[in-house]
Amino acid sequence: MRKYLAFFRLRFSMDLQYRAAAFAGILTQFVWGAMEILMFRAFYQADPSAFPMSLEATASYVWMQQAFLALFMAWMMDNDIFDSIANGNIAYELCRPINIYRMWFARSLAGRLAKALLRSLPILLTALFLPAPYGLMLPVSLDAFLLSFLTLLLGTGVTVSFCMLVYMATFFTISPMGIRIIAVSGVEFLSGAVIPLPFFPDGIRHILELLPFASMQNVPLRIYSGDLAGAAMWQAVFLQVFWLIALTLLGEFLNMLAMKRVTLQGG
Amino acid sequence: MRLYGKYFMIHLKSIMEYKTSFFFTCLGQFLVSFNVFLGVYFMFQRFSHVEGFTYNEVLLCFSITLMEFSLAEAFARGFDLFPSMIRQGEFDRIMVRPRNEIFQVLGAHIEFTRIGRFLQAIVMFIWGFSVSNVHWTLPKILTVILMIAGGSVVFSGLFLLYASICFFTLEGLEFMNIFTDGAREYGKYPVCIYGKHILFLCTFVVPYALIQYYPLLYVLGRGKTYYALLPVAACLFLFPCLLFWKIGVRHYTSCGS
Repeated sequence: MRKYLAFFRLRFSMDLQYRAAAFAGILTQFVWGAMEILMFRAFYQADPSAFPMSLEATASYVWMQQAFLALFMAWMMDNDIFDSIANGNIAYELCRPINIYRMWFARSLAGRLAKALLRSLPILLTALFLPAPYGLMLPVSLDAFLLSFLTLLLGTGVTVSFCMLVYMATFFTISPMGIRIIAVSGVEFLSGAVIPLPFFPDGIRHILELLPFASMQNVPLRIYSGDLAGAAMWQAVFLQVFWLIALTLLGEFLNMLAMKRVTLQGG
Repeated sequence: MRLYGKYFMIHLKSIMEYKTSFFFTCLGQFLVSFNVFLGVYFMFQRFSHVEGFTYNEVLLCFSITLMEFSLAEAFARGFDLFPSMIRQGEFDRIMVRPRNEIFQVLGAHIEFTRIGRFLQAIVMFIWGFSVSNVHWTLPKILTVILMIAGGSVVFSGLFLLYASICFFTLEGLEFMNIFTDGAREYGKYPVCIYGKHILFLCTFVVPYALIQYYPLLYVLGRGKTYYALLPVAACLFLFPCLLFWKIGVRHYTSCGS
């Protein structure tokens, strides 16, 4: 465990260094968030009765989505890992007496958390002071706040363990392109990054909510605003834990298979 | 022009050497904008209209914006990669050649993979074209062509602006994404739905509304006749961008090794 913590710390402090990039990112994400909310407002004005969430909850969803972008965006994958598999540098990693799955897991988690730490607070604080329906609302209750924080971490775990599956698949396909493109755009749509899940038609939504993708950003962002509460909320949290364990086990299994038959590329 | 034809063929040949890579990048481009389309589709499953625009009309708007953007991205892609060109000192090589710099940067990269996005835009347009209640006349079709041409010019101007800034900062500014990728993303709906202030900005600062919202109103039979010619006015946007580029070139100090 200690060696993986070391990898975590190393990556975490490395990513904390990129402060200028973070500042530019904050500015960009702020504008994107604002445009997104203006769009939802137009739909709200067109037909408030058809709007599945409250406008406040939607605005909070968008702001938190922008603030925690680094935690949940599947396309933020580590290119070094893909490169090392394709060009054979992976050999150096394989020499070490460590489990490569756990090492990469620790590194990805650290990278995402460090980026989010730099970017989230300024966005959240500014959004908190915006006028009522457009800003970030205060959490509905202390419980909701704590639980949304907990599920935020769980959701990050699910996202990382899903990305790990893509890394592992690269051991078998060498070129990550096809599987990566399909996985990334699939996650983007099915996790509620394009439009929040409540905006989907009911039939499709019920299926989507059971998939691992709904256990990523959907749960914490909706618990915070009280949109997801009661029995449905506990079911969602349970599903998050389930998917986190299932995806991690699957990843470890693929890792075991890959290590048995790994072929080094390059020279 | 003949030289550009040569550049074009070279890029086409080089990309065809890596067919799988080409195919997957196209697919990626397609899927990314297909996601956006699905988002629009599901929103309209729930809402019948937004700011007086129906699903079919939004589809027309979205497809035209996407065509404008993917054309600009395919041909003005060199500006998008300009930061690395400056950092590696490649711009020095361009300066010593007896040709226009902009022309050479344009020729340095042509991104054929944007065809994935463009094809989707065309399919959406044909669909929107056939199901919309618009009474198509020759002036309206010409307006659509004018929109696509004017839009490509505006987006190319933005890419040029992005590249010009690199003369001073040496690296690309993520902030500029708002004006390029952001405009593509939010151009899926007519600009007016974002409210009066945004419409004002998009009319007089960066003329998105002139290539999208106003001419679209004319095509849908709701706007004044002169709206049809606004995409031409939007092309004026290119001049400040060119001026800024000129200032940038004068300011340029080599930094490559």
